Amino acid sequence: MPGLWTRLVRTFGDRLLASFGLLVTLLALVALGALIYDVARDGLGRLSWQFLTSYPSRRPEDAGILAALAGSLFVISLTAAIAIPLGVSAAIYLEEYGARGRLSRLIEVNISNLAGVPSIIYGLLGLGLFVRIMGMGRSVLAGSATLALLALPVIILSTREALRAVPKSLREGSYALGATKWQTVWHQVLPAAMPGVFTGLILALSRAIGETAPLITIGALTYVPFVPTDIWSPFTVLPIQIFNWVSRPQAAFAENAAAGIVVLLGFLLVVNALAIVLRDRFQQRHA
Amino acid sequence: MTLRTRRVAEFIIERTLFGCAAASILVTAGIILVLLWETAAFLRDVPLSEFLFGTVWTPLFYDKQFGALPLVSGTLLASAIAMAVAIPAGLLIAIYLSEYAPQSVRRTVRPVLEVLAGVPTVVYGYFALLFVTPLLQAIVPGLAGFNALSPGIVMGIMILPLVSSLSEDAIRSVPNGLREGAYALGATRMQTALRVVVPAAFSGISAAIVLAMSRAVGETMIVAIAAGQQPRLTLDPRVPVETMTAYIVQVSLGDTPTGTLEYRTIFAVGMLLFVSTFLLNLVSNWLRDRFREEYA
Repeated sequence: MPGLWTRLVRTFGDRLLASFGLLVTLLALVALGALIYDVARDGLGRLSWQFLTSYPSRRPEDAGILAALAGSLFVISLTAAIAIPLGVSAAIYLEEYGARGRLSRLIEVNISNLAGVPSIIYGLLGLGLFVRIMGMGRSVLAGSATLALLALPVIILSTREALRAVPKSLREGSYALGATKWQTVWHQVLPAAMPGVFTGLILALSRAIGETAPLITIGALTYVPFVPTDIWSPFTVLPIQIFNWVSRPQAAFAENAAAGIVVLLGFLLVVNALAIVLRDRFQQRHA
Repeated sequence: MTLRTRRVAEFIIERTLFGCAAASILVTAGIILVLLWETAAFLRDVPLSEFLFGTVWTPLFYDKQFGALPLVSGTLLASAIAMAVAIPAGLLIAIYLSEYAPQSVRRTVRPVLEVLAGVPTVVYGYFALLFVTPLLQAIVPGLAGFNALSPGIVMGIMILPLVSSLSEDAIRSVPNGLREGAYALGATRMQTALRVVVPAAFSGISAAIVLAMSRAVGETMIVAIAAGQQPRLTLDPRVPVETMTAYIVQVSLGDTPTGTLEYRTIFAVGMLLFVSTFLLNLVSNWLRDRFREEYA
């Protein structure tokens, strides 16, 4: 006859562990819900056409996010223009060409290490290299270059994953028809891997849209009453504007911050939804 | 196109692609050189022993002292609180999702949880300062408006999906034979999960935990917003503290002229941060490789 403890464990242990697990899972989901609810409650009331089309102001009720929104869009487009060609090319080399030599191995280890470097360190790199040594100043270009370096390892890792998932037979078929390596990559492998590549790109870029710390570190301004006009303009981005409002003691600015967050989260949601739709389209066409 | 030009084109393309891949090495080199350069200049004025073991950090005051221990303790305190939330909760979720939950639940819950990891950190900062702190002040007596507890907990929520997803992957890759063996000996699901499966996945789970720790140490905006900006050597989670990352933000927001000692402090602190996260990532990779070898 087993002891009481053993019998208790046998009878209730499973149910206990399962309910605990379910409880904690629900708690985590509740935390997400609370976050969204809190931001929506504080911010939705402040959201208006005036808020989207005004420059920052000392008076919270006059302030808006036009400069920040324009800055975010500009910075992220330029980031994409720098990081996507570089990252995808690097991934193609490592996955399709990379002889398993020592150098390739070194590059691989290096990239996975870069993916773990805190974003604020990229800010220090941008400050030392782009802003000072290369003399770009606190410009859109310096900010985009910094974010591009930050996004690069993520793009390389996800693109490689997508390329790896393309079956070998596709490449062999292409070679058998006399195609060169690059023709095979460009006309067969890349189109087949596109849905995966695309998802990775969106993921990396939406992370870059939300980044605050590296851009503060390179000295992006917190008060910008104009829309950046070219790559040498000073700029601010939406997360920095939100940070600036959060750090003020007045409740009215906190409301502005919440409204800014609603816009930021809404933007991220739209981008991600769009990515899913486009990916599915692509998948159907190439199925 | 003739065969010859084709061959030349192929060669040029391959070299270009290689250049892009090799550029990533330049990024690492750039990080290390920039940090080393400014840190070396900093250490000409401040002895290394004072920087590493000094207990007062006041580089922006008139009476300047450069002991980084208060920043280190602030970072450790906030990260420890985050881990205290993320490790038990993440493991329970991982065990629940892999061993108990029906397939349909698992497939919905996991992506929703991963949304938590995609929320911009400035949003978490807002949440910590204006939602969690007031909530906690009703429970915890003497909790200041800025403290380590609230951003610590929120940081724990942020890294939760990292712990739960990676641990779940590790647990799922434990061969089914082990589970079946345990069942055959009469073990219940719980006994199998806790005494056979989790120990078997131990190095994979540790790799996830160490990676999460590195993420917590390097996290910036949550602590910059909600933990305050007072470097203080304490383990009391109720008072304002400053982390290494928050200090870098604080200086960057001000108008510190380049080339001054104050300006160099952020690179010295950045170096400290880079080295600690690098070591943590190294340990995590090593654990992960060991785990892969076990079940290759």
